[in-house]
Amino acid sequence: MSGLSVNADKCVGCGICVRTCASEGIEVAGRKAHVTDSCISCGMCVDACPVGALSIEKDAGAGADLSAYHDLWVFCEVDDGALAPVALELMAKGRELADARGCRLMGVMGQADATDADANAQALLSSGADGVIRCVDGRLRTNDAELFARWVCDLAETRRPETILYGATDFGRELAPQVAVRLGTGLTADCTVLEMDVEQGLLQQTRPAFGGNLMATIVCPTHRPQMATVRPGVFQANPDAAEKTAACGGATDVSPHGAVEDVALEAGLEPSLRVLGREDATGGDSITSADVLVVVGRGIGSKKNLPLMRELAELLGGRLGCTRPLVEAGWCDYSCQVGQTGVSVAPKLLVSVGVSGAIQHLAGIGGAERVIAVNEDPAAPIFGVADHAVVGDAVEVVGALVERLRARV
Amino acid sequence: MRIVVCMKAVPSTTEVRMDPVTHTIVRDGRQAVVNPFDASGLEVALEIRERLGGHVSALSMGIPDTVRLLRDAISRGADDGLLLSDRAFAGADTLATSYALSRAIARGGMPDLVVCGKMAVDGDTAQIGPELAGALGMSCVTDVREIEHVDEGHITARRRRDGALELVEAALPCVITVAKDAATPRMPSIAGVRRGEAGTVEVLDAEAAGCDPARCGLDGSPTQVVRSFVPERSATAERVEGTSAEQAERIEQIVEGMAL
Ligand SMILES: Cc1cc2nc3c(=O)[nH]c(=O)nc-3n(C[C@H](O)[C@H](O)[C@H](O)COP(=O)(O)OP(=O)(O)OC[C@H]3O[C@@H](n4cnc5c(N)ncnc54)[C@H](O)[C@@H]3O)c2cc1C
Ligand SMILES: Nc1ncnc2c1ncn2[C@@H]1O[C@H](COP(=O)(O)O)[C@@H](O)[C@H]1O
Repeated sequence: MSGLSVNADKCVGCGICVRTCASEGIEVAGRKAHVTDSCISCGMCVDACPVGALSIEKDAGAGADLSAYHDLWVFCEVDDGALAPVALELMAKGRELADARGCRLMGVMGQADATDADANAQALLSSGADGVIRCVDGRLRTNDAELFARWVCDLAETRRPETILYGATDFGRELAPQVAVRLGTGLTADCTVLEMDVEQGLLQQTRPAFGGNLMATIVCPTHRPQMATVRPGVFQANPDAAEKTAACGGATDVSPHGAVEDVALEAGLEPSLRVLGREDATGGDSITSADVLVVVGRGIGSKKNLPLMRELAELLGGRLGCTRPLVEAGWCDYSCQVGQTGVSVAPKLLVSVGVSGAIQHLAGIGGAERVIAVNEDPAAPIFGVADHAVVGDAVEVVGALVERLRARV
Repeated sequence: MRIVVCMKAVPSTTEVRMDPVTHTIVRDGRQAVVNPFDASGLEVALEIRERLGGHVSALSMGIPDTVRLLRDAISRGADDGLLLSDRAFAGADTLATSYALSRAIARGGMPDLVVCGKMAVDGDTAQIGPELAGALGMSCVTDVREIEHVDEGHITARRRRDGALELVEAALPCVITVAKDAATPRMPSIAGVRRGEAGTVEVLDAEAAGCDPARCGLDGSPTQVVRSFVPERSATAERVEGTSAEQAERIEQIVEGMAL
């Protein structure tokens, strides 16, 4: 059977695996480790075992005929006629991966109105797409995940892409799993690094793992397409591409080489949900576009220190972001959460205050040009990514700084 | 109205310490708790049952100890619990997890409503809800903040989607995934605790749940972890020394120098 196995010859019964395990899946009896019914095959103990006595075996499943799959697709979300920025970010990354693999890069785009459909396709082509598969149909207006999933699955079943990337927007995060389950294939959420194994065409999908300060690289060896979602802001769009698009100003002749293919949506398909109303909930612009950000963590001590931190952000002409625990405590809105499962930011200056620098948080600040970190613990991991390390008390340092800045205005 | 609530056991803290000597993860035997979003999901289901009548089942796939959490769900008001537990389920990725859960849900006829948490705090993939919908052929409403209306045929809910709140209507049967503000979990009553102790939690292995072992656990998981590692960090930061006042002065200089 597949699962964790213990090599009794190697095992020295040290018990490190037992301490590593979160599910009581392994125990030591008679100086040897034994797997229990509670093992969830997470592999934590395999990494921890100092003598290499543990391994996870997997029966090589019969997979699809991989050689029948070609091309890398980027699913390109359109909201109210406008291409989502993450589509262009994925195009830039997709171009790199497709070049490494020596395959074509295709944009897959569906939208309700013909207006801007050409400009959107053109934007994808100038961002590096070799072609665009496009569907313009009024039924796509509400970005209904189920309807889109059926459409993408139809396309994928006949054309067999090797890889599909999705932006991890709320819509993308609904769509991608619905495609994955229908195609019976793998999906890795919120990747922060994507690389192509050139020989086998295996997409190496790296993301923070299991809540630990660990990264994991995940592959999908026997199923196709291999699929991943990526949060907006994790990759950079190609800046030249935007210019090119602007220059062509939404020209109508988008397919000089027949690169845009219009496909029809199956007749019987209808949206699964009815959208009855919609109201904006962000209240002002998001922190993703700010040039200066003050990001606060649990080290600010208490909610009553938030106004001081906000004042610092205002004095610096910036905005306030936070770590996940502050959102969970209800101190800040989720839209302010910076990290793997919040937003990715790319300010010119990021002042990080009382933030430990957990891997899930760091996943969201890679784009910051300069980081000043304040933390009382000289060993805090945030200092590993900071340009300026301020070892000190959050409130004292920020208090003194705010006083100085106030004096200047 | 038949409702199934999917509840996952997660570590009571998502924080994990690294052993400074062995560089491995240390967990201090903390007991698993129910994923907080799923606790809200249970409350959503109970409130619907209070209005429309019906039956609420709590479902989990997990290690044998998870029975404890399903009993707790019964003590809060669930009618019964079902635990999928088998080493054959171990190592499941989201596809294999949604497969096993969908088999258990479909057992004994399709429910009207499946309630999941918006995400599991130990993985944050938020994939299981939409995958279940796909596997069961149901529609799906994710990140529900408020249930506006439910009747025998439809559900109307307010969901969050990329910075907006949308009011959507779906035909039942349907999968919803809920955020914490959808409902505040109730505490068990004393009678409830007794009911939890006496209540039935059925435990099924893969075969009894009607699952094809090749589609469960590690074998049924298309994705595989090939490597895990501690990322390297360059420690090239300038140390800003001195008293708080001196440090503040230096920070001011740095900011000034950037000409923002
Ligand atoms: C699946 C998953 C997804 C996640 N996604 C995210 C995400 O998107 N974003 C995110 O931020 N987190 C995320 N997390 C949580 C993440 O792992 C950390 O738990 C979190 O980032 C820690 O927040 P923190 O730094 O504020 O708190 P802590 O880790 O508690 O750190 C507080 C820091 O403050 C310092 N400190 C304490 N007192 C003072 C003082 N008086 N002055 C100065 N410094 C002080 C301490 O030395 C410490 O370094 C996720 C976790 C999981 C499991
Ligand atoms: N093993 C499990 N058992 C029961 N429900 C689960 C399990 N895993 C995930 N879920 C459900 O799916 C939701 C989303 O989980 P995830 O996709 O892992 O973030 C959770 O809030 C649960 O409702």
